[in-house]
Amino acid sequence: MQNKLHFIDILGKDTGAHRKEDPDSFEYTLPAEITSIYPLTATEKLYQIQIIDPNQRNRFTFKPGQFVMLELPGIGEAPFSISSSPVRHGDLELCIRAVGNFTNFLAKVERGTRVGITGPFGTSFPLEKMQGNDILLIGGGLGIVPLRSPLLAVLENRSRYGRVDIMYGAKTPAELLFTYQYEEWKRFDISLGITVDRADKGWKGRTGLITELLRERIAQTASLRENTYAIVCGPPVMFHFVCKMLTEAGLPMQKMFVSLERRMHCGRGKCCRCNIGSTYTCLDGPVFDYWSVMNLKEAI
Amino acid sequence: MIFKVFKKQELARLYELLAVNVIVGPVGRGNDRHGKPLYDFDVVYDFDELALDYTQTVHSPKRFVLPYQETLSTFAVSRDAWEKHVDLNVYRPLVFFGMHACDINALNKLDLVLAQSAYPNPYYMGKRKNLFIIGIDCNPEPQCFCRSMGTDFAIHGFDLFLTDLGGKYFAEILSATAFGLLSQINCTDPGAKDHTLYKQATSGKNKHYTATVDTSDLTKILDLEFESKAWDYWGEKCLSCGTCANVCPTCYCYGVEEHVDLDLKHASKAKSLHSCNLIDFAKVAGGHNFRPKSASRLKYRYYHKHRGFVEAFEESLCVGCGRCGAACLADITPPAVIASVRGKE
Repeated sequence: MQNKLHFIDILGKDTGAHRKEDPDSFEYTLPAEITSIYPLTATEKLYQIQIIDPNQRNRFTFKPGQFVMLELPGIGEAPFSISSSPVRHGDLELCIRAVGNFTNFLAKVERGTRVGITGPFGTSFPLEKMQGNDILLIGGGLGIVPLRSPLLAVLENRSRYGRVDIMYGAKTPAELLFTYQYEEWKRFDISLGITVDRADKGWKGRTGLITELLRERIAQTASLRENTYAIVCGPPVMFHFVCKMLTEAGLPMQKMFVSLERRMHCGRGKCCRCNIGSTYTCLDGPVFDYWSVMNLKEAI
Repeated sequence: MIFKVFKKQELARLYELLAVNVIVGPVGRGNDRHGKPLYDFDVVYDFDELALDYTQTVHSPKRFVLPYQETLSTFAVSRDAWEKHVDLNVYRPLVFFGMHACDINALNKLDLVLAQSAYPNPYYMGKRKNLFIIGIDCNPEPQCFCRSMGTDFAIHGFDLFLTDLGGKYFAEILSATAFGLLSQINCTDPGAKDHTLYKQATSGKNKHYTATVDTSDLTKILDLEFESKAWDYWGEKCLSCGTCANVCPTCYCYGVEEHVDLDLKHASKAKSLHSCNLIDFAKVAGGHNFRPKSASRLKYRYYHKHRGFVEAFEESLCVGCGRCGAACLADITPPAVIASVRGKE
């Protein structure tokens, strides 16, 4: 039996730190609980999800723009942008639209449901680099979901940033998300512009495209000052027009950041479902600067 | 590298020494409709089952490290909690007896993304690290363009590599285990005559290639020709069946599905290899498909193999085995596609 080959156990006893370079972290899911569910519109709900173990919860850190994989055993697993502030660690808020099999199931669960959280994954908005600069936060439709985390992080550290402008547009007033927080956000000395494509009877705000809001903002300062950064989240068609307008106003491409969406089955650069040309949305994104997006085929 | 030579009849003894382990090798699988013999890799129980003079297996060896379907984890679910159990589905080492250079290089390429980059995949690594590989030389088939891809010889990723010198085998030894095994059979150090025979064998192989792919500056050309009509031409032929990915030794894309057991107390999470040519590959919830056209999916497959992977790992993901072209029902082959994108056809 001397030629019986030695079996190599790749998950030897030395591992167990669950770092992303360790093979045992691949299927390592943190048990979590849906602590509350708050309906925002007819199709979107805000889920408060808490990692159960207090140590794991405190150790869980993420940066605005990153996402997690949310798993419901037996139902599925899908990627979601984190909408909460990074100071809350593993006490996450995920805003989820019921649109597919998994999210429609999620729309029916009650608080107290045990779920699994893996992550955080992906790149983030460089908020530290943005300190001392003016910031434009531009969101369209569900784009406010990945935008809310950097937004809250900026508000919590308001003194470190210059002028802050938030522009948010939705199709109809009924589809506006986080309406209950607008007044609270305004208290942080920011300018908040909300617009809808189609008004309904009770709507007293603006009607029109988000590019109108942006045009007015740019007109206020003639051109965008050198120390300005922009974060743009929304549908691809919005990226196209907003980023073009920002470029024309003099904002360099590397100071504009977008968050892209793709199908994902792993979040770890292995399943290839999120590839854009030569890039993984899960590893190299979801946050890209506009230069990288321009450089990628079929990105937007 | 240490070299040895041994007489051909010693190979059966080498097999017997390894027979305490599970051995996988090339075996005959009947003939195709033209009468050409078909081969595949399978578990063998006797040395005589091995078809070491095989031309090319229909499927690649990847299913032994990347099963087409694999359970990633199981769950025990109770009313208000669940527990996850992970099993890497590897329990014993595996001996691969007779793998061609292209397939060895394919595993080396899979290592780059699945074992040597961020988030290494333990399901792959567990199986990969427990492989003992005996490589064997080959004669190029009409579909082989491995020489164009630089994968016609393997320089690492095997334990032992055998080259047929007529009456004997020339052995390259890359591991201590392989060295220990060879010390148990009759073998000698190669002499000057063996060196000459070995060099003749390799240069003789080089003369037999008929298929070629011009890879010079290919990454940039794929970018330049992103909107080329050639993609539409091939896209119209493509049946979007995913057979190319099925037989490809380096296609590793997958999808994950979860299932609930009948008793509602257990669940499982399973992975199946997918293909970027299948229509739902980039389709997201809500119905939007990032690559709705077959041309865009076919283009993406070439783009990933010859552009994206090069950008990430400095080498192409394609090993030039030509299996995809041979298996394709629409006769789409990489040499023809790349030549037409270059504007040579």
